Amino acid sequence: MQDIEISDLRRITELIKETYNYDFTNYAMSSFKRRILRILELYKFGSVDLLIKRLKEDRAFFEEFLAELTVNVTEMFRDPSFWRELRDQIIPNILLNHNTISIWHAGCSSGEEVFSMAILLKEMGILDRSKIIATDIDKVILQRARSGVYALKNMELNEKNYIRYQGTSSLSNYFKEENGKAVMDKSLVEHVSFREHDLVQGMVFNKFDLILCRNVMIYFNQTLQNTVLKKLHESLFKYGYLIIGSKESLIWCEISNKFIVVNNEEKIYKKIKD
Amino acid sequence: MSRYKFNTQYKAVVIGGSAGSFQGITRILQALPSDFDLPIIMALHRLKHVRNGFEEALSIKSVKPVTEPFDKEQIKRGKVYLAPANYHMSVELGNTFALSTEEMVNNSRPSIDITLETAAYVYSTKLVGILLSGANKDGAWGMKKIKDRGGLTIVQEPSECMIDTMPTSALKITPIDHILKIDQIIEFLNELHKHTKQ
Ligand SMILES: C[S@@+](CC[C@H](N)C(=O)[O-])C[C@H]1O[C@@H](n2cnc3c(N)ncnc32)[C@H](O)[C@@H]1O
Repeated sequence: MQDIEISDLRRITELIKETYNYDFTNYAMSSFKRRILRILELYKFGSVDLLIKRLKEDRAFFEEFLAELTVNVTEMFRDPSFWRELRDQIIPNILLNHNTISIWHAGCSSGEEVFSMAILLKEMGILDRSKIIATDIDKVILQRARSGVYALKNMELNEKNYIRYQGTSSLSNYFKEENGKAVMDKSLVEHVSFREHDLVQGMVFNKFDLILCRNVMIYFNQTLQNTVLKKLHESLFKYGYLIIGSKESLIWCEISNKFIVVNNEEKIYKKIKD
Repeated sequence: MSRYKFNTQYKAVVIGGSAGSFQGITRILQALPSDFDLPIIMALHRLKHVRNGFEEALSIKSVKPVTEPFDKEQIKRGKVYLAPANYHMSVELGNTFALSTEEMVNNSRPSIDITLETAAYVYSTKLVGILLSGANKDGAWGMKKIKDRGGLTIVQEPSECMIDTMPTSALKITPIDHILKIDQIIEFLNELHKHTKQ
């Protein structure tokens, strides 16, 4: 594999910013570099210059590029113990004070997390009282989320997770096999709004009782984590909950004092100050 | 004069291991000088969906507690770190860890190559890389990166390995500085410790 310099990465981020108005300047360097190297290899660009040329000339290519640049690996009921906690503690708590619940999946990728949520809510009998918005920067992956069609081989892991989550049904009741694919029951996400949204450049667009932003900010450096966390904070009602990935932490963020830790193991935080 | 090729003040030790390395790692951690001052950064293949238990299992006999870092956690001297289940663990400029859920590399997440390569990039000559027993070639390319950037490389003596694919793959693609048994790796770390304290 070839190597690329920091200056090459800078040239790429600058071009993207100027031409397409996305800002990857503050993405974590190590993974960003691997993504670029991977794209160079995938499309057999002999050099960074050739990639830059293509990005300049071919707007349609940018969408593909963005899809490859982002890391979309995800699964249903990832960290089953977290989903149990959500069902047994967090959601009942939210429902103590209101009748409905608004949820934002920030960085929903191909939608497995959204389907997990819908299944959880359905089994609690409150799906029709829930308003879910699921966003991602990557148009291509959002399309996959909307379609709810997954590789059958992934369902094995998803089912294992569901069993460890201890759902009241069986995951196989929520999809059917068609042409070697798992096709999810569409009624689960009937009322979910899937939208394109960039956490970095995008505006705060609503307020929520619950935000899941798991394994998204790990791709940002600390400066950008701070910026995005401020937006997430602003998007929460007071006493709303923020969930991040199991190996992420808020403690070194500037506004961490506006949250309290509800569950450290499962990375559940609650907004206590505006 | 030491028999090892110490030519700098080192900043970190990275260790990679897979099938058959658990015992070796345990012995190494058990025999560490209690004031061993360099961070030890370990990428070991492990069950992908068992989040808890490994850290604890390694800590039981270890002289120092083993911790799985959070994303963007500062790398501190004297600490022992372990790549968490189902995440790749990189070393970032600025001496922090960065975690990621990218695709598996060599069928593995955490991938040893990723940890070794990013550590090589950040620490260059000031890095010691150790590769132990294992059944696939993950780590070989990372060892090459360490060597290319002037770091010190060690593999476990293949004859002592339960499965020697990992060290032999490294030996095939890059000249390794020392081929050592676990006992000798322990000795080496003690020497390194003295060298570091000078
Ligand atoms: C690893 S996935 C996380 C999926 C899911 N939340 C989980 O934990 O399994 C990360 C997602 O974040 C998205 N992402 C990256 N940068 C983003 C940004 N600036 N704004 C919105 N989404 C972003 C990527 O497109 C990708 O789908």
